[in-house]
Amino acid sequence: MAPDTILIKGPRIIDPGRGVDEVGDILIRDGVILASGTISPDDIPEDCRVVEAGGLVASPGFIDIHCHLREPGYEYKETIVAGTRAAARGGFTSICCMPNTDPPIDNSAMVEFIRQRARDEGIVRVFPIGCVTKGRKGKELSEMEELAVAGVVAFSDDGDPVEDPNLMRLALTYSSDLGLPVTNHCQDLSLSRNGVMAEGRVATRLGLPGIPSAVEEAMMARDIALAELTGGRIHLAHLSTAGSVPLVRQARERGIPVTAEVCPHHLTITDEWVLGGQATGTGTGESFAYDTLTKVYPPLRGQQDVNALVQGLAEGVIDCIATDHAPHELISKLVTYQDAPSGISALETALGSALQLVHGGHMSLITLVERMTVGPARVLGASFDHLSTLAPGTTADIVIFDPDLEWVVDPNEFQSMGKNTPLQGATLKGQVVATMVQGRFVYQDGAVV
Amino acid sequence: MSLLNAIETEAQPQIEAAAVRKRRRHVLDLDDFSQQEILEVLESAEGMSEVLHRDIKKVPALRGRVVVTLFYEASTRTRISFEEAGKILSADVINMSASGSSTEKGESLLNTGLTIQAMGVDIIVIRHPHSGAPYLLAQHLDRVGIINAGDGIHAHPTQALLDLYTVKEKLGRLEGLKIVIVGDVLHSRVARSNIWGFVKMGAQVILCGPSTLLPLDMLRPSGNDDQDNPLASVQVETNLDRALEGADVVMALRLQAERQNGGFLPSMREYIRRWQVTEARLSRANPDALVMHPGPMNEGIEISSTLAHGGRSVIEQQVTNGVAIRMALLYHLSAGGE
Repeated sequence: MAPDTILIKGPRIIDPGRGVDEVGDILIRDGVILASGTISPDDIPEDCRVVEAGGLVASPGFIDIHCHLREPGYEYKETIVAGTRAAARGGFTSICCMPNTDPPIDNSAMVEFIRQRARDEGIVRVFPIGCVTKGRKGKELSEMEELAVAGVVAFSDDGDPVEDPNLMRLALTYSSDLGLPVTNHCQDLSLSRNGVMAEGRVATRLGLPGIPSAVEEAMMARDIALAELTGGRIHLAHLSTAGSVPLVRQARERGIPVTAEVCPHHLTITDEWVLGGQATGTGTGESFAYDTLTKVYPPLRGQQDVNALVQGLAEGVIDCIATDHAPHELISKLVTYQDAPSGISALETALGSALQLVHGGHMSLITLVERMTVGPARVLGASFDHLSTLAPGTTADIVIFDPDLEWVVDPNEFQSMGKNTPLQGATLKGQVVATMVQGRFVYQDGAVV
Repeated sequence: MSLLNAIETEAQPQIEAAAVRKRRRHVLDLDDFSQQEILEVLESAEGMSEVLHRDIKKVPALRGRVVVTLFYEASTRTRISFEEAGKILSADVINMSASGSSTEKGESLLNTGLTIQAMGVDIIVIRHPHSGAPYLLAQHLDRVGIINAGDGIHAHPTQALLDLYTVKEKLGRLEGLKIVIVGDVLHSRVARSNIWGFVKMGAQVILCGPSTLLPLDMLRPSGNDDQDNPLASVQVETNLDRALEGADVVMALRLQAERQNGGFLPSMREYIRRWQVTEARLSRANPDALVMHPGPMNEGIEISSTLAHGGRSVIEQQVTNGVAIRMALLYHLSAGGE
């Protein structure tokens, strides 16, 4: 028996890069896809391992270009091993981790540390993102070429936006020959003061300091102007406002090299959740206002914002879905809303959340899968092409999921150490059945393999 | 993790209990009070007021009950008012302030609450600089009633109830009255709770002050298109003279000096010129209009001294009625529903 030949039998194969949406088989050997689609029985070795996938969907493994693995420095929130197991359970085969670790990822030794840990203990591919500035302090550029050679796939100062516009200009110019995007968290902090949730009716009613949409849109307009000025590649992290979508659309129309991402929570839930009593579609009863599990940055916003973001994603103005997976130890959330850290543990609920857009009729399944595979690969560049397709001869990074399976979110079942999700108790429709990295199942039948 | 598990398993029956609404366990804000329940509290406060004016101010209603006042912010009138209210009703009242407590050793609010609960306390009266802090305790403590004595800029429901009581006592009704709230409404927990209270009782509320200090977002419909906002009837008028036209009640709010540094105001001088409540301006209001202030006052800033201590001022009655209202609420939570 040849254990390294696997036949995924009978799934609906969705391979957006090739425009494929058809029932067929996928044959894998030695970590490489031999064939996908209609495969002649003659080409299937008799001794291969058969995985029945009738009624399920098989697509390239999802790529998350924005998550937080917390290691080193915050191993009580998440580790690389736990984060990759969470990714596997969520159907992600490649994840890019932000450099807001302690110490931050601003030199080649740190990049190598992350990659080594991921190789040793991680179960999906991990690609570090390097700092734009030394120590994420926004003062001097990091050694961007050294980081690129060491293997970072993008640059970002993560939660600390590059505030100095001149430094941002220089970062885009200096990195323009490295072929990697600069990701900025577009937040003009001087406008948001101590804001902890979206400015608006709910924040005012609850007496919580608000974050106006202009915080995001003002800096996004600046960054787009700087991308035009420098020709550098800018990637706009986690859009949250309706006004951000036309900014990206206009930039595209003018040929400015801009890409953008949006998070599952900004596509599906609103600031009304901070009022409480919203967490379940199944109605388990009342809950209290000021649920700190809803605190996230950028904040949950209004239904109009959600609608605009969904439309922007459907139209392709927004390239991809990124989780912004931000695990925290639960005790840190058992404080007042103002004291609570921002972030949602999102890797394991991303698919179920995002599928609401398909079940709600806002986009086709192949479009959604595109935004979780080819879309993020496009942001990162050509080196990710082979990780976002089922074409014969490419790497066998594959997810198999049931788009219609309903399940109740129980954070205690998370592989992630971060149990912090406002979706706890909610019913989601669509769940990962198996995840394969380089021809090997890393998650199957509800368990990490 | 044992602490967390305990919290999670114990929070569940409480949620169900809240849904059934057997009896009110907490006073967090007035937004979840019905008109009927507000009236019950006001009626109960009338009886308490009678006790308060007796020669010997002591009844055994809450004998054997323990009330802790847990104050993370400075306070004179609210804390003493609760303490007096509890003691008149024969409850044992323990005062705790953040300074000098285990908070200074870094104990979290929730653990402090759990500790107090473990001592068998019946009611915690909490004041905290963060909006929503009482909700944190209400969510995770299942054997203690929580009374919000002021949380951040969010709510101060007992103050609003005593204001409702005072107006009803003086003018005989609440419905249809024109209530003008003047000043820094945005940062005022008193104003927020009063808006809920007066609107629920059918009064017309008008907010007046600099546009930078008005909670305009609260009055707009939400992002959910045509969803009704219960506060849609509240009006905004930045011109104080126009706002006071025909008013039955004028409530001036404390203006904190740091608002000028925060850029909300060009100067105190301009604020006084535009929004100080004065006798001359009050001439536009109804002849029997009441002048109110939740205290502590900045006389000469948001209100003129002559008006604050003049014949139309009910500011001292507000303080007195505060004790009666807090007696009513302590009773309401401890024994009233039995």
